[in-house]
Parts: sequence; C-alpha cells; structure tokens
Amino acid sequence: MAERGGESRGQVPGWAFVLLSLAGVVFALTLVPRVASGEVLRVAIPWLPSFGVQFSFFVDGLSLLFALLITGIGVFIGLYARAYMHGHAQTGAFFCYLIFFQASMLGLVLADNIITLFVFWELTTVSSFLLIGFDHASEKARRNAWQALLVTGAGGLALLAGLLLLAQAGGSMELSELMTAESGVQEHPLYLGILVLILLGAFTKSAQVPFHFWLPNAMAAPTPVSAYLHSATMVKAGIYLLARVHPSLSGTPEWIWTLTIFGAVTAVWASIVAMRQTDLKLALAYTTVMALGTLTMFLGSEAHIAITAAMTFLVVHCLYKSALFMVIGIIDHETGTREVDRLGGLFRAMPITAVAAAAAAFSMAGFPPFLGFIGKELKYEGALAVASEPLLVAGAAIAANALMVGLAAVVAIRPFYGAPRTYDRTPHRPPFGMWIGPVFMALLGLTFGVGPEYVGNLLINPAANAVAGIQKDVKFALWHGVNIPLMMSILTVALGVAVFIFSDTLRRWLASALGHLLTGDEAYDGVKGAILKLADVQTAILQNGSLRRYLFVVFAVTAAGVGGTLIAEGGMAWPALWPDVPIYEWAIVVLIAAGAVVPMAARSRLAGICGLGTVGSGVALIFLIYGAPDVAKTQLLVEVLFVVMISVVFLKLPRFAETTHPPKRGRLGDLTLAAISGGVMTLMTLAVLDTPLNDHLTKYFEANSVPGGQGGNIVNVILVDFRALDTFGEIVVVAVAALGAFGLIKLRSTRAGGS
Amino acid sequence: MSWLLVLPIAIPMATAVLALLVRKQHIMERYVSAGGGAALFVATVVLLAAVWQDGTLVGRMGNWPPPFGIVLVADLFSAVMVLIAGLTGLLIVIFALATVDVERERFAFHSFYHILLGGVCGAFLTGDVFNLYVWFEVMLISSFALIALGGEKAQLDGAVKYAAINLVSTILFLTSIGLLYGATGTLNMAELNQAVRAVENQGLIDAIAIMFLIAFGIKAAVFPLFFWLPASYHTPPVAVTAIFAALMTKVGVYALFRMFTLVFTNDLALTHTVMLVVAALTMITGVLGAAAHTDIRRILSFHIVSQIGYMVLGLALFTPLALVGGVFYLIHHIIVKANLFLIGGVIKRVAGSFDLNRLGGLYLSHPVLAVMFLIPAFSLAGFPPLSGFWAKLILIKASLDLEEYLIAGVALVVGLLTIYSMTKIWIQAFWKPLPADGAPAGPAPLSGFERVALYTPIIVMCAVTVTIGIWVEPFFVFAERAAQELIEPAGYVAAVLGGGPR
Repeated sequence: MAERGGESRGQVPGWAFVLLSLAGVVFALTLVPRVASGEVLRVAIPWLPSFGVQFSFFVDGLSLLFALLITGIGVFIGLYARAYMHGHAQTGAFFCYLIFFQASMLGLVLADNIITLFVFWELTTVSSFLLIGFDHASEKARRNAWQALLVTGAGGLALLAGLLLLAQAGGSMELSELMTAESGVQEHPLYLGILVLILLGAFTKSAQVPFHFWLPNAMAAPTPVSAYLHSATMVKAGIYLLARVHPSLSGTPEWIWTLTIFGAVTAVWASIVAMRQTDLKLALAYTTVMALGTLTMFLGSEAHIAITAAMTFLVVHCLYKSALFMVIGIIDHETGTREVDRLGGLFRAMPITAVAAAAAAFSMAGFPPFLGFIGKELKYEGALAVASEPLLVAGAAIAANALMVGLAAVVAIRPFYGAPRTYDRTPHRPPFGMWIGPVFMALLGLTFGVGPEYVGNLLINPAANAVAGIQKDVKFALWHGVNIPLMMSILTVALGVAVFIFSDTLRRWLASALGHLLTGDEAYDGVKGAILKLADVQTAILQNGSLRRYLFVVFAVTAAGVGGTLIAEGGMAWPALWPDVPIYEWAIVVLIAAGAVVPMAARSRLAGICGLGTVGSGVALIFLIYGAPDVAKTQLLVEVLFVVMISVVFLKLPRFAETTHPPKRGRLGDLTLAAISGGVMTLMTLAVLDTPLNDHLTKYFEANSVPGGQGGNIVNVILVDFRALDTFGEIVVVAVAALGAFGLIKLRSTRAGGS
Repeated sequence: MSWLLVLPIAIPMATAVLALLVRKQHIMERYVSAGGGAALFVATVVLLAAVWQDGTLVGRMGNWPPPFGIVLVADLFSAVMVLIAGLTGLLIVIFALATVDVERERFAFHSFYHILLGGVCGAFLTGDVFNLYVWFEVMLISSFALIALGGEKAQLDGAVKYAAINLVSTILFLTSIGLLYGATGTLNMAELNQAVRAVENQGLIDAIAIMFLIAFGIKAAVFPLFFWLPASYHTPPVAVTAIFAALMTKVGVYALFRMFTLVFTNDLALTHTVMLVVAALTMITGVLGAAAHTDIRRILSFHIVSQIGYMVLGLALFTPLALVGGVFYLIHHIIVKANLFLIGGVIKRVAGSFDLNRLGGLYLSHPVLAVMFLIPAFSLAGFPPLSGFWAKLILIKASLDLEEYLIAGVALVVGLLTIYSMTKIWIQAFWKPLPADGAPAGPAPLSGFERVALYTPIIVMCAVTVTIGIWVEPFFVFAERAAQELIEPAGYVAAVLGGGPR
C-alpha cells in the first residue's frame, strides 16, 4: 500500500519536471533568433544592493546553448526517469530533487552577478549530493555522495574567493561587465591567484585530473541522474565557467599551459582508464571525464576555431552521452547486469534501442554523417590552429578519439550482437518513455550532422563568439574536402578499430599495468583520514577531561598574556613615593603569605581552610588599617562563617588524601605558575598605583550622599542608591544560589529515595 | 522612555518570582513561564523598534546622572541582541515545556531559566562595566543552577568544570575592572572611551585590555580557553544546552565587541592582531574537535567554538564591513545553533540516542525533521542562499579587502570542515539505515502537545534562517547601521554623556 501511495505521489512531480523542462525548451527556443543576431538579454532584481549583489541574469550565445541543453535533455530524462523509477517508493522526492537541480543549473548558466552564479553553483552541488545519495540505504551511495559533495564543495569555496577577487580586480560584480569592459584583470597583481582559485572551482566540478575520481563514483546514483547530471549538465558547469571567464582571463601563458596540460592529461588518462572498465556505466563515466578534459584543453586556446570546436563537441557529447547512458540504463533494467562480458545478442529483444545506441555510438566515434564527425573534424582543425603546442593538442586529441572509437563499439555494439546470453530476467522491449530519449538524441545527432548549418549558425557560432569575444562565424558543413583533419580522422578510425578488436587484451593488460597506481579515490581517503587523525590527536591533547590541566592553561595564558604585554609595552611602573610601611603591616603581609602556603602543603582539609581563613582575616586587617572598618567587618564575618560552614560540610566528606589530593608530579609547575601569576598581578597593581587616581566619582558621592541619597554612610548610599542596580543583581545571585542548592540536594534525595 | 530599557530585565525577574510562587500548581507555573517569555519577546521588539526610530536610548537608574550612577544603554547592537535573546528565550521555553521533566520544574527550573534571560538582557543593556560584571554573575549562578539541576553524575562533572573555569573568568574580569578603575577613575563605558586615552601609561592600558580579552575570551570560549564548553554542554537537558548555546558564549562575544569598539581601541595593532590569531586558531581547533566526535551534542558544542572564531574575526579585522559581518554572524548563529540543538533534542526524543553510531533511518521515518535539519545545518555550513552564507561571505570579503588572505583561507577551509560535520550528521542519523545494535525506537509516539511544542520553535527558527537568506537586504542594512555605531562610538558617548534629553 505504502509503495503504491508513493507511486501516485511521484506522478505529479514527475510530470511537473517533464512539463517544466518542455516549457523551458520552448522559451529558450523563442530567444534563439534574437540571441543569434547578437543581442544580449538582461534582467536584474536587486538582492543585496548594499553589497553589490543583484539577482541578475543575462542570455548570450553561451548561456542560451547551455540552457537549451539543460532543458532539452531534461524533457527526455524526465520521461525516461518516470519509467525507470516506476514502483520506487520515493519517486516524488526524486523528481523534486531533479526539479531543484534543474532550476539551480539554469540559474548557474544564466547568472550575471558573480554571487548569484555562486549561489546556484553551490545549489547544484547540494542537489547533486541528494541525488547521488538517493539510494541512501546503500553504503556506497552514501560514501560517494559525500565524496562528491566534499570535493566539489572544496572547489566551490576556492571559487568563491576567486570570484570575489575577480570582481575586485575587474571593478564589477556583473559577469557581463567583467567580460566586455577592458577589465585589465590580466595585468592585476592578483591575476595568478584569481586564476588558480577559479580553476580549482572549475576543475573539481568538471572532474579534471587529479580531482576526477568523484565522477565515476557518482555513478552510484540512479541512471537518469548519471545521464543528466553527471554526463550532460552539471559536470559541464566547470566548462561553462571556463568559457564564461575566457574573455577576461585567457590568453596568458598561465592560462594556456594550465588548461592545455590538465585537459590533455585528463582526456588521455580517462580514455585509458575507460578501456579498462568492464561495467559499461563506469566506462561511460570515464569517457565523460575524457570529454571534459578535451573541452578544457580546447578552451585553453585563443584560436576561434578551437573554441568553436569545443562548443560543437559540447553539443555532440551531450547528445550521444545522454543517449548512451539511457541505453545502458535500459540494458541494466532489462537484464539486471551492466558487465560487458555478460552481455550480448540483445538486438532481438530491443531493436529500437539497439539502433539508437548504434547511432549514438557513431556520433561518439565521429563517423559521418553524424554531428560527431563534424565535431571531430573541427577538433583537429582547432588543434592544428593552437599556436603554441599544436602537436601536443593534436596528439592528445587523436589518442583520446581513437580510444573513443573503440569504446563506442564496446558500449553500443557488443551488448546487442553476437550470441544471446541467459540473464536473470527475460529482456524485452523497454517502455516508450525509456527508448524515446535515446532515439531522439540519436536522431538529433544525425539531423545536425546532415544539415549542420542551422545548429551551427543559430547555436554554436553565437556561443563560440561569446566565448572568444569576437564575431567570426565558422561555416559548418559535413564535407570539407580532403585535408589534414580528414587524414587524421582516417588514422583515428583505423586506430579505433584496432582498439575494439583487441579490447579484451587491452583491458587485461591495462588492469595489470594500472593495478597498483595510487588512485585519486585512495588519495581522498588518505587526506580525509589524515584530517580525522589530526582531529583526534588535537582533541585528545586539548580536551583531555582534566580540570587541573584546563585551569593550568587558563592561568598560564593569563600570566603570559597580561605579564608579557605589560613588560613588552613598557607599562611597568613603580610608585614614585615608596610608602613608609610600618613593621606591623609587614607582619600582616607575612601572615597572609603564610596563610596562602598552608593549603598547598596541608595534609588535611581543615588545615587548608584555616589557612585560607588566615588570608581573609589578614586582608580584613588591611581594610581596617586603611580606614574602611565596615568593609573589614563584613570581610571578617564572611571569613568566620565560611570556615565554620565548610568545616561542618567536611565532616560528611571522605578523607582528603583519598580524593582530591593532587599528584606529586607537576606540583612544581603549579607552584611556579602560581608565583608568576601572583607576580604579574602585583606588577599590574603597582603600575596602577603609579597613575594618579581620578577621584571625580568619590567627590560626587561625598557631595551628594546626604542631599541626594539621604544617607550619612557613603558606602551604604552607594549600595542602595547610586549603584542600586548592582545590589539588585547581587541579591538575585544570592537567591539563586540558595534555591539552586536546595534543588540540587532535594532533587537528588527524592530521586535516590524513589529508586 | 527609559522604562523600555528596564523591561527586558524586569519581566524575566518578575516571571521568575511568579513562577516560584505558583510552583506547587504545576500547570500554572508553565503558563507563567511561557507567558513571561512571550512578554519579554514583545518588550524586546518594542525596544528595538524604538531604538531604530529614535536612536540610542539611555536610561539612568535611580536617576543619577552618568557617570555617577548606572546607566542602561540600548544602541542598535544592544537592542538586536536583546531581541534575539527574547526570541530564542521564548522559543526554547516552549520546547522546554515538552522536554524538561516535572521534577526539574518543581525545583525552580523555570525561575532559573528566566533569571538567566534577565541576566543576559542586563549584560546586553548595561552601560557600566561593573554592572556588566554583576550581570555576568547573575548568568553564571543561574546557568550553574540549570546545568547542575537534576544532579546526574555526568551533569555534575560538567557543572564543576563549567563553574570552576567560569569563576576564574569572573575573578579575572573583576580584577580587570578594579585595575581599570584605578587607572581611569570611572566605570562608565562611555566615559571610559576617552578616559583610557587620557592615561599616560598606555602600556598599562594594553595589559588591562589583554586581561579583559582573556576574561571575555573564556566566556566566549575562544582558543585556548574554551575547555569548559565542550566539557559541560552535552550534559544537561537539551533545552538548557540550547539556551546556553544561543546566548551564553554570545554574551562573551558581545562584551568583546562592546569593550573593544567603545573602550579599547587605542592600540589596535596589539589587541586586534591578537584577536585575529585567536580567531583563526579558534575556528580551526573547534571544527577539528567536532570532526573527532560522534555525539550530536558534542559535535554541535565544538561547532559553537569554531563559529565564535568567525565572530571574533569580524571584530579583529575592525573595518566597517568586517563589523557588519560580525554582527550579522552573531544574529544568524544564535538562531541556527539553538535550532540545531533543539533538533538534536527531537532526535533523542524520537530515536532514543544522541550517538550517531546508534542512530539511523530518520530520513524515512521523520521526513519533516529531515528537512528541518537540513536548513540550519546547511546554513551553518554556509551554503547559499541561507543566512550563514551571507555571514561568511561578508567576512571573507572583508578579509580579502584587507589583503588578509591567510585568514580568508582559514575561514573557507573551516567552512568545508563544517560542511563535513553537518553532512556527517545527515548521513549517519538520517540516511543510514538503523544499525542492528542501534538505539531502541523512541519510547512512545509524540503526543499532540509534544508535536506542537517540539516543532513550533524549530519551524519558526528555520523560517528565520530562510528569511534572512532570501530577504537579506534589510538585515544587511540593519547590521551596517549597527556596525557604524560601533566603529564610530562618538554617538554612543554623546547619547550617554552629552546631556541629551533623556
């Protein structure tokens, strides 16, 4: 019953997600003509204007391209997920998270204000966390969700600092202004810091080596989430950011080399690791990392053609990767496995899916007439146009692409052809909602490939122009004639076919070759473990539970802080007139000092208390000598009462030595600290005595005590009139002390009696 | 208008007495307590509105002119602290009605609670440094009564550590006052503003300032003086811990803000540099302490320490923006931290444990609680668009503006570790399935009354957190004006001493 209830609850959010996405697509499409003609749309609502924060958005070619991908793929992911999650108890929550994510992602790519951008950036992190951990009963899902959150969260914090500095250096918090104005960020002394911080944000989010490990782990999420967040949209947020700041930050050697090297290493490394995987979903995850590396590499360049290549590949990748993820989800759903060795011969059971998979794979492999082919040709053209290191970029591109060809075949061909296998469940045709997505994506890849002018002119060129900051339209065509990129393509395909044929051998070989390398995942565990270890050690030292230690630290800090300051700042002073102290006053001083030593040396409580009483009585004598008989009287009374009452209490307590007598060890330290503390207080008092007393208060009290306070005893008038509020507070203190003691004793005894 | 200043002290005190008088009629006592909390809240709202409207209010107690008598002063900073005290005081007393056992109530729990509130409000409002000491004493004794009431073994252990270290703070505070009075001849804070500058021996003033810093530092629980807090906060009933978490350390922070903007600004290079180092170390040690624990209350306790570091950071940087951040942080933190403790209390009530190792499955069994947890937890961790995000953002911007990159980096990294701790609670208590040796399911399902009394305060505080996050401009403007008054104390001094109309 509960399950069915959950199901019907899930209907509404599911449809809401699909319809919201659809509305988004339609709205974005209506903006295409205006944006393609070079218009930039802006809207701003004041949010925290006192701090320069606006809830502001703008639409140019780049943001519109992303918005279309987010909403467009969202429609099919929605349909797909409705079928995929069918029967799951928490479908409603699932789609709510998905809507939350989509809104955040759209906000991110449309944001103008850097703070607004950052807000949505973090919200995508949060929603991704909730979605990766959706299957929260699984330990793996929880761990991996946490890992993704912490890694991208760390990058997010770096990004925040980077964005704030960028705004400071560029003189604006609006991205649109930072890009258009000659911001001069590159000449700013903080440029390097800004670059590093922003790249940290982008690289963690877009899974560049060495931060890539969280992305394959994020595959613990349900497949629609992997297809949507972790291949098509969220992981592109870092790429979006790089593209967005390209006009103001790119072109320096730091930018070019960092992006090119990190991108190239990520692309090649990820495609090698992808080859090693037997789980198709994991293999796809690594190819996503490879794609992200490629995009980063091309964004490192200044060349317009390289940027166009990046934007084209972005579209290509979104289409084929979401299609293939959905296909893998279908296979998993229908057969119960994603292991490549256990799959085969599924074409009969699901011909439509197989065809869609093949079409997507062709686009992935870069075969004509698919858009992937154009993307690849542009990549090669762009690679050759990279001024500084064309060979590195071209080499990396060829290597990665060849492995892509092989992998495309492994993912999209092997499960469907060859001998049929036996599965845990009988595979049959997936429901409409599940196959329509892959089919549509694959069809788009084909349509865009055959007629690339529209998508090229309306979407890709405006986006590339926005990134490059110049207007220069590339002509999109399927056939460019026989040229170097075509030669490179042929080489790629040849290599790719070889990879496919030897894929099993290659995988085994890679598994043994890479088996013992430190992975990012282990490094993450290591860092986390080290921090926790540090936390344990620190806490064991600082918060060890010993009151004696705590008090020692407090007094030591006081003595060092106050005494050190007094000496260092030259505050020490001796009273100018050393008063003529008569002999009996010295006697009192000796008495007090002796009284203070007694409790430390005493073997019984009673002796200790008597010692303290001596101290108090000595102080009372001093009051008496210096003309404050009433204060002295009070003090004496308190001392006597204290000793008497405490002595009575002691009759009830166990023997002193058995309980609280401090250990011998450390007593010397305690003694030294006590002596230093006393010395510091003495120095402070002497310094104060050296400053002339400003007695305007005393004079006022003397003058007003009788006429204003109607009392001859100034101390009394101070207590009950001038400073009556103090006395009120002290009365409260006494009352609470009495009540508290009463409660403490009574409540304990009633409890003890009751139990 | 000075009666407005007295109300936040008088109402709780009157409530305490009344509650004591009717304590034999149990129901009556609870009505009195809740009613007193509500009255206090209303009074604090009126006070803040009056200060916003008319500027700093000054009330002469006994009608003696300052600096000879005691004055109560409400500038915006004081007034907002009093308001927050009133709000959390009301909400937590509602929570207490459903969680504190009848026996504790019989032994004057409500009276202690309201006296504590009165002491807190007195500390926020007084313009006299000795009077501040008196309110510290009131708070100390009433909080000691609250922490020890019940007399469970762990409670007494915590209470002894709490009292011992706080007594040292009190003595240091008193000594500092004596020395300061000896050097300047006055106790009135407004007069001290000029008086400390007139003292020839500035080295002595520096040393006294450091002594104040240590005394308040213990109260505020900064590194390396915070031991008492994690040692004691996890022992009493949750309502007590929550009100402590909300207000007690914040009184220390308030006192730091007050004394080190109004009085001790004569040697910023010394005092505020020390504070900067202290702030950084407090943030780090606190957050690491939290990472080492699995008891929800202990984790939250260490986070109080860590968060205090952020507030001190705002004071230490001592720019207008940094003080805005500090004030903003204080307001945000009180709400969020009290809320998290209350949620911890609900978890204990429904799942029977505070220990993350013995908890689990709350996401499915208590989805509303899960959402209610995420809001303050993510706010504390600084996720946008919640209140904590803005608080951190302002402080980080202020650090970057001053080119204090190291401290900005510390603030950011500590933010990440805060995310770690908060998500740890989320993953362990909410997502993870209940472990086999987990706590037995909560005793009885929540009664209707419990549902209201437990969830109302939590929901209200969540709403405040979200409101500050979304509708942030008015709060920022407010904090800006309050910070302006702090950094330019001439207005405060003139209001107290300038012979204004009141």
